[in-house]
Amino acid sequence: MQTMKPFKFDWLVLPLIGVAVVLLLWQVSCATWAKDLPTPLKTWESSKPYLMEPFAKRGEMDQGILRFTWYSLILVAKGYFLALIIGTPIGFLLGLSKAFTKTFDPIIQVLRPVSPLAWLPLGLVLFMGAGKNASELGALFTIAICSMWPTVLNTAVGVRAIPQDYLNVAKVLKLSRTKTLFKVLIPASLPYMFTGFRLSLGIAWLVIVAAEMLTGRPGVGGFLWQEYNALIYEHIILCIITIGVVGFILDRLMSLVEKRFKTI
Amino acid sequence: MAYLELNNVSKDFGGTPVLKDINLSVEKGEFVAIVGFSGAGKTTLISLIAGLLKPSAGLLKLNDLEITEPGPDRGIVFQNYSLLPWLTVFENILLAVEAVNPNWTPEKRQEHVEKYIAMVNLTPARDKKPGELSGGMRQRVSVARALAMDPQILLLDEPLSALDALTRATLQDEISRIWSENRKTVVLITNDPDEGIYLADRIIPLTAGPNATLGPSFKVEIPRPRDRKSINHDAHFKQLRREIVEFMLGSKQDRHMAITKKLILPDIEPEDLSIPRTMTSWRKTPIRKHELKEESVEVKP
Repeated sequence: MQTMKPFKFDWLVLPLIGVAVVLLLWQVSCATWAKDLPTPLKTWESSKPYLMEPFAKRGEMDQGILRFTWYSLILVAKGYFLALIIGTPIGFLLGLSKAFTKTFDPIIQVLRPVSPLAWLPLGLVLFMGAGKNASELGALFTIAICSMWPTVLNTAVGVRAIPQDYLNVAKVLKLSRTKTLFKVLIPASLPYMFTGFRLSLGIAWLVIVAAEMLTGRPGVGGFLWQEYNALIYEHIILCIITIGVVGFILDRLMSLVEKRFKTI
Repeated sequence: MAYLELNNVSKDFGGTPVLKDINLSVEKGEFVAIVGFSGAGKTTLISLIAGLLKPSAGLLKLNDLEITEPGPDRGIVFQNYSLLPWLTVFENILLAVEAVNPNWTPEKRQEHVEKYIAMVNLTPARDKKPGELSGGMRQRVSVARALAMDPQILLLDEPLSALDALTRATLQDEISRIWSENRKTVVLITNDPDEGIYLADRIIPLTAGPNATLGPSFKVEIPRPRDRKSINHDAHFKQLRREIVEFMLGSKQDRHMAITKKLILPDIEPEDLSIPRTMTSWRKTPIRKHELKEESVEVKP
């Protein structure tokens, strides 16, 4: 196979060509089969106020796009940390104890594939008594329970993959349980754990949109759903692009952190 | 009463015993080398002494106490170094020192660690991680860690077999020097009779496995300090080496090896078309005959 010779600025030019091709397809689609789809230009015109004043607050559901993103991120952060705090210890228990694995692994495998859309109503029911905060708590519950699984499973795999040599060192030195945990088990499984953390963050960001759409909370997802109901389709596309870009940035940040904590 | 005693120790992993009827007694301050073929069960033997494995039968005693679990009174240098890669040289040794001497002040611990880093000539690499060190340097860290625990007995599990010849010679000299400085009881496991003779007071060959057991012990009567260059011309050294090698080869000849391997015949036989190939019977029966064939080859010594 012939490969293209790298040239100056190919890292910039080639992705731009990619974007151009997609924009062209979009434009062609608008002109041919998808009459209701706003054209790229129309989308840009209509999104301008949200992009140019990204932090403006004109009303509950009429705010700059970064302001919406900020609301979503805060909710994601809360749910995500809840997932890490619950998920990591469960992962450790799964990795360390065969009995614990046998007891809970089937349940985990059954709960893991359940969609956020299925969890959310349950979350709302659970926190019905919380009144004003019910939707937030329900959303948090959903984010936590959906994004927890990669952390749980990767931590478990990481703990199981610790070389016997390191465990022998701990045994020979007769390290106490806490010391073994902090000096051997955690550092040895850290790379696996961070892979889990990164995957979890990706899922948390996926879930937030669904959660906001159903609860109508202000945020990127809530905005998207509201604009769909208001028949302003341009803003749906704006939201989709925003969600994608933010998700991409989060993933990149997480892989930087992951590299930083590479112990082996 | 010997310092380290093994009485009729056997170990199996649910099959043929790896080690059978091991009897060993090591005096305090003695340097004993156990020489054996790879795969003979040398590492199993040292893991038993370390307490990382439990014997299937027999009794192990150190200082008249039964060995039931691993502990810092037996310092081990593993074949693969077993340093924790996220800790620096200093931290790796400090971890051991902290574990053994929880009551020491931080200053005293630090001083102690520095002393042992200096002993293995690694002071410049004090703050490096094991990944940044060469194999020889890593093994020195491992030796320093074992010594810093101030164990009653030092177990060296093929500490030098992963190193190149030059580094190995240097480290042998270093082990020899360190041993003559503090005269710890040492059990060295090795696959190199020369290394054993050069370092030890006594050499015991381990016969080829399975059912490996210890042979007669050979006393090394070469005065210390031993000189690497002249030792090669020493008549006693030559004779010892011949006897040990002969014993070990002899022990291997007692048994003949059988190799069972799958023969992969070339695909020249036609496919058996009499077997219908429907979706349900797919691959239920072997289509080519070679997939079944196995042949046993006996190798006579």
